[in-house]
Amino acid sequence: MRRRAQAWRTALATLAAIVVVIALLPGIAPNDPGRSFPDRAYAPPMRLHVRDASGFRAPFVREQVLRDRLLRQFDEGRALPLRWFQHGHLVTIDPTAGPLLFLGGDPLGRDVFARLVHGARLSLGVAALGTIGALFIGALIGALAGTSGGTIERVLMLAADFVLVLPGAYLVLALRGVLPLVLSRAQVFGWMTVLFALSAWPHVARGVRAIVATERVRDYAEALRAAGAGRWRLARQFLPAARGFLTVEIVLIMPALLVAEATLSFLGLGFPPPEASWGTMLQDAQNVGVLGGAPWLVAPAAAIFIVVFALHLASGTRADSALLALTRARPDR
Amino acid sequence: MLTFLARRALGALAFTIVVPIAAIVLGRWSAGNLEAELSMQRASAVSIAEARAAAGLDRSAAAQVAGWVAGVARFDLGRSARFGRPVSELVLDGAAHTAALAALALLVATVIGWPLGVVTGARPRSALATLVAPLSLAFVACPPIVGALALMLLAVSTGWLSVAPGSLALPTLALALPLAATLERLQAQATSEAMSAPDLPAAAARGVPMWRLIWVHGARQSLRPVLGVFGVIVGSLFSGSLAVEVLTARPGLGHLMFDAIGARDLWLVAGCAFVGAILLAACNLAADALRALADPRVRES
Repeated sequence: MRRRAQAWRTALATLAAIVVVIALLPGIAPNDPGRSFPDRAYAPPMRLHVRDASGFRAPFVREQVLRDRLLRQFDEGRALPLRWFQHGHLVTIDPTAGPLLFLGGDPLGRDVFARLVHGARLSLGVAALGTIGALFIGALIGALAGTSGGTIERVLMLAADFVLVLPGAYLVLALRGVLPLVLSRAQVFGWMTVLFALSAWPHVARGVRAIVATERVRDYAEALRAAGAGRWRLARQFLPAARGFLTVEIVLIMPALLVAEATLSFLGLGFPPPEASWGTMLQDAQNVGVLGGAPWLVAPAAAIFIVVFALHLASGTRADSALLALTRARPDR
Repeated sequence: MLTFLARRALGALAFTIVVPIAAIVLGRWSAGNLEAELSMQRASAVSIAEARAAAGLDRSAAAQVAGWVAGVARFDLGRSARFGRPVSELVLDGAAHTAALAALALLVATVIGWPLGVVTGARPRSALATLVAPLSLAFVACPPIVGALALMLLAVSTGWLSVAPGSLALPTLALALPLAATLERLQAQATSEAMSAPDLPAAAARGVPMWRLIWVHGARQSLRPVLGVFGVIVGSLFSGSLAVEVLTARPGLGHLMFDAIGARDLWLVAGCAFVGAILLAACNLAADALRALADPRVRES
């Protein structure tokens, strides 16, 4: 059991490192995410080879030659050695032989891998900032409710219950409807972060209120009050007790927000079309007709899966316990 | 018990009133954008005025809400500008589709997830538990939009599932699998907590057989927290169905709401919010009633 838990931590650390590197260094992508290569629409992923007929060689790929544009057929041509650290890219091939496509091309002939890497910045960024925002709002409201008690507590928890019951996707969709349909990338990023924080705080507020409610009857809280500490002073002393809870909440909130970004952008209400985010990329995978011939188009779905899986792996059963504790945290029960 | 249920029902009623009114207020706000968008398209002053009148912007918000509430009393939810049909027809049709899909997914998820959770929670070191744990983790990490895409890929490459618009299997599975995994994990957690409670060794000492300990004593103890999460589960089911409906081109409340918001169709948005709120409130009320049945302490609150 112990050893398995250790392996899980290692897996998580690896995944986290991959995510951070990808998010911070778009130079990992061999191509510009917006650049379209007309001859590479629906091009399959290039396989990485390390040996040919004569034995082992430095890693190379095979050139793609378009045979039939309508049937989307490609032939494998000569071997192209990988070139490292050139023109600001980690790895490329001879540019006269076309682009290096690790994950194939999308319907417009853009590099799916490059779009996935660049999209990670938007998708993971908006989900992470939204999570931080939700934790902040939730902790603030939870602490306020827990330290005030009485009517304020009841009203705040009623509001939390109200938002908690609403399905997140509908809530975000309805709030998104208020904003203009056409927004720039920066505007979408900012607004989405705000909407996500506004829809995900109640669960946090619940938990923090419950923790503060148990802390406020302790002796040290009594001593603080006797010494004349105000509400915010008390809240500052109580919040460290909620640190563990807030960490686990990340595992419950961030996957939901990652999916929310994907859903919104997929529906055309998130990042505007030429932009690469995991959600906008999923639009290309929607077409059942082409999906069978181009399974690499679901790469962003796989990326979402990997991130959510890693988050759950890291938390073990703690996220489940936090969800179950939800009912115990209700003030009226 | 009755006072408890009456209080909950009152809350549910308030919920179904507040949600559509909030939707109308939000809808008015977004209709203001419609105006800006129309004038950007160089629409004439007359057509902008027509659009304003169609969206009811020439009246005050209070008058609009009052008009809508009066309409609801006559079972009239207004006319959809986008589809040119009564909102009630559209919304009832969509709600029936979504409710059928959600109910089926919930049933499948419960039938798979609940018993598995009891078994794996009671015997965490058994072969079954070691097999289920990683599978469960994988499916928990498969939100409906991801699962639906994976299943579509499976369907077109193997032909095991139908991708025809009317087919139920694919959207149901996409919704049910992550839910089944969540239920399994929650039930396992709750069961293992229940099994370590002091009353179980006592019952075992009295000679109660093991199966009865797990399925009657332990399950009853563990049912309470799991039922408490039911409301959240129903909410996530609705959220998930939105993505799955659009992805599989299936009609439903989520699809309708998406169309309505895109077209700034105020009465359709309000109608969707109203019927969706009724469904949600009913589900939560049912969950509360079940909880009260399973745990007498709930009734006292």
